Amino acid sequence: MGIALLALVGLFVAMYLWLFKIGVVGTMSCGTGGCEAVQLSPESVFMGIEVALIGVVGYLVLLAVAVWGTMPAQAAQVAPALALMVLSGGAVAFTAYLKYLEFVVIGALCQWCVASAVIIVAIFLLSVADWRRSRAAMA
Amino acid sequence: MAAQQPGMNRFYLLLGAVAVLGVGVLVYMATGRGAVSIPVNVVVTDADTAGFRGYIIGSPDAPVEITEYADYQCPSCQMFATIQFPDVKARLIETGRVRWRYRDFPLDFPSSRLAMHAAACADDQGRFLDYHERIYAGFNEWNRGGAAGAFRRFAEASGMDIGAYDDCMSSTRHAGRIQASLNEGARIGVGSTPTFLVGGRLYPGVLSYDQIRRLVDSLAPVTPAP
Repeated sequence: MGIALLALVGLFVAMYLWLFKIGVVGTMSCGTGGCEAVQLSPESVFMGIEVALIGVVGYLVLLAVAVWGTMPAQAAQVAPALALMVLSGGAVAFTAYLKYLEFVVIGALCQWCVASAVIIVAIFLLSVADWRRSRAAMA
Repeated sequence: MAAQQPGMNRFYLLLGAVAVLGVGVLVYMATGRGAVSIPVNVVVTDADTAGFRGYIIGSPDAPVEITEYADYQCPSCQMFATIQFPDVKARLIETGRVRWRYRDFPLDFPSSRLAMHAAACADDQGRFLDYHERIYAGFNEWNRGGAAGAFRRFAEASGMDIGAYDDCMSSTRHAGRIQASLNEGARIGVGSTPTFLVGGRLYPGVLSYDQIRRLVDSLAPVTPAP
């Protein structure tokens, strides 16, 4: 349940960044001052796709899997927790790469991107704990 | 992962509440200060055309007038503005031979009218030329997204009164003028950007400095000093 809530919050953070990227949100609310520098940099596009949009899709998938995992039919299943762990693990790796770009290549700090990073790490840790719990229950 | 039914209901309720809250915040962010969209196909009033026939760069007494119909988001216009226009400005406009008239001709790019409106707001503060050049020079900073934020940042960096700029942008008061400029260009046969009107003829496509100089020489030959 905590994972679903975190994924929903992450989805809104990613959507905010994406709406700025496509010009719907005019100016960013950014205490660190580096949000626009990050969002307007060439690094904000990965293989032709806006990173913020990748975030939106990623959090949507995580949210869907997390909600699926809360269904009574999945109560004794390890698959949802395993899927969440694998997906969020990949997302953590991608986030680490993005943090490298943000801090080292661009040299700016975007608070919304940091918030997203914290959320995805939290989702990963929760999903690992959930997976271990599910496996113990199955044994 | 499973939970008892009452607990599940509470969970779905909480999830729904967070979703509603999130959507509300996003809508507020998108419609609040700094979020601007410039309407298209607005009704053009007399006030939109009276007294305004484009942005004039150069001396009103220059013997040759060149009108440029352009769109800030058109890559060819950007190329002309950053590669050819500096020479035109230095050698033909600032020497008093040419009066340049810049007219908006919005195409279907997503931020065309926004850029034009931002330039119109800069013009309200007497900063058109600097700002116009900044929009073109910073093309890659806004072309792929975040245009409204970039234009506001340009305005702030150029020392404009940012409150007046915000008011101007949110009022969209120059939308009719931009539409009028498009209508007028279309009426005389402009169909693409950039297009130049020189001596009663339209020249579509990018012109080099040398081509423009030859046109100017033919219209107003430089008489050698006696």
